[in-house]
Amino acid sequence: MQLDDLYRRVIMDHYKNPRNRGTFGDEAVTVNLNNPTCGDRISLQLLIEDNKIIDAKYTGEGCSISMSSASMMTEAVKGRTYEEALDIATRFSALMKGEDVQFDEYEEIEALSGVNKFPARIKCATLAWNALRKGIGEDSTTN
Amino acid sequence: MNAQIREQFPILHQEVNGHPLVYLDNAATSQKPRAVLDALSHYYEWDNSNVHRGVHTLGTRATDAYEGAREKVARFINAARSEEIVFTRGTTTALNLVASAYGGPRLQAGDEIVITPMEHHSNLIPWQQLALRTGATLKYIPLQPDGNIDLADVEKTITPNTKIVSVVYVSNVLGVVNPVKQIAEIAHRNGAIMVVDGAQSTPHMKVDVQDLDCDFYALSSHKMCGPTGFGALYGKRQLLAAMEPIEFGGEMINDVGLYESDWKDAPWRFEGGTPIISGAVGLGAAIDFLTEIGMDKIEEHEAHLATYAMERMSEIEGIHIYGPAKRKVGIVTFNLDGVHPHDLATVLDTYGIAIRAGHHCCQPLMRWLEASSTARASFYLYNNEQDVDRFIDALVQTKEYFGDAIG
Repeated sequence: MQLDDLYRRVIMDHYKNPRNRGTFGDEAVTVNLNNPTCGDRISLQLLIEDNKIIDAKYTGEGCSISMSSASMMTEAVKGRTYEEALDIATRFSALMKGEDVQFDEYEEIEALSGVNKFPARIKCATLAWNALRKGIGEDSTTN
Repeated sequence: MNAQIREQFPILHQEVNGHPLVYLDNAATSQKPRAVLDALSHYYEWDNSNVHRGVHTLGTRATDAYEGAREKVARFINAARSEEIVFTRGTTTALNLVASAYGGPRLQAGDEIVITPMEHHSNLIPWQQLALRTGATLKYIPLQPDGNIDLADVEKTITPNTKIVSVVYVSNVLGVVNPVKQIAEIAHRNGAIMVVDGAQSTPHMKVDVQDLDCDFYALSSHKMCGPTGFGALYGKRQLLAAMEPIEFGGEMINDVGLYESDWKDAPWRFEGGTPIISGAVGLGAAIDFLTEIGMDKIEEHEAHLATYAMERMSEIEGIHIYGPAKRKVGIVTFNLDGVHPHDLATVLDTYGIAIRAGHHCCQPLMRWLEASSTARASFYLYNNEQDVDRFIDALVQTKEYFGDAIG
């Protein structure tokens, strides 16, 4: 196991300098998710218009993997339609299974490919993406 | 005591991620000595049979092994008689049994249940749910800033309305040893019963339930060198005798009619179905193993390791240790500035070091500590100073790694 596979510079950069960290008002769709086995939690907010994610923000607490993944996810899906966002999320699931997939929309996500070699940490990386799926699957506030 | 003891744990003699395994997650579960592994395979190779029914030889052997283990548990915690030991799936089941079978029929609105914020979820949720079910009030004994319990607070929290007090003997996070004997005295003076969660105490120190004068005491096999999925509930004879079973089926009955049935005496009335016979065999072997070494020696050894680890950890800038400054047991919970516990545990794992990271099944305590997550190193009889040194070296490496990665 190579630690550098897991903790690439780009991941640490997103951890230390998170993008889209913050909140919107009541107009946003809010999804609160936590990982009961470890205590990581995310509150994802999406501004939605006509099945399109106009903007995305998140707050939460967790390890470098879960928080950098949230940072990257929000960057990747901003301005995308549901369909496009779901497509990225589907490719992210494939990435976690070790498949060779590209993210032309936001290449930095590929830095998380190393998580696949650390099975215990996959759930950290997928937390934000599960919140995204929930957010675009339901148009009312969850939790 | 150490080199020979270590020899007896086959699992410790392996490399993990290219490094010798350093197992410091003993508060989660302990490793098993050769004697326990051999007892399990011997049971299945020679004695396996159902208990309490067979007329044949194997049935007698299995029954003797199962009931023999009950006597061993009774002696190990100094119960007055082996009939006071109910076998369960573990501490969780044991505590749920008390909440359901003792608490359920006896509690009503106006009654109080008293616990502490440092309880493991298994000694918190059963009482919380019992309170919700019966209308009883759940109350918490407040903690001192260092995590200790002040008996003056116990006096204030327990009242004549209190029916059940349930407290963990040794905290799986703070590493404190709670004054359960004194708390039991206060509980009894107010007419309440005293329940003790012994999951973290039984494996590591001498326990005497008669001296504690607790009414119930729960323990798990897997944290004390025995197999998983097994444990025991000690209950005072008259209390167990007055409790109705909550699980019905084979094994636990006296006479079954079409419309009515009655039960065996305690403890067997609480052991419906074919029991975990191998669990009893394994726990019995684990108790023999621990007894031969001596619980006093084990306790002393772990206190030494924890103290040594805390000394060395204090040399690392940015380490914060939770709980009191001194340790009598081998549990050290901490955080390292700038490194999330999961990241820390992952990096340590690449050095072959197993620690726990997370909330340790103590979410209310984590909130009290104002930490969403913490890291924990916990020691057992087979750990040594070299394990601590490797752990410290890896902590330093982790700090440097994250310092570089961030910088």
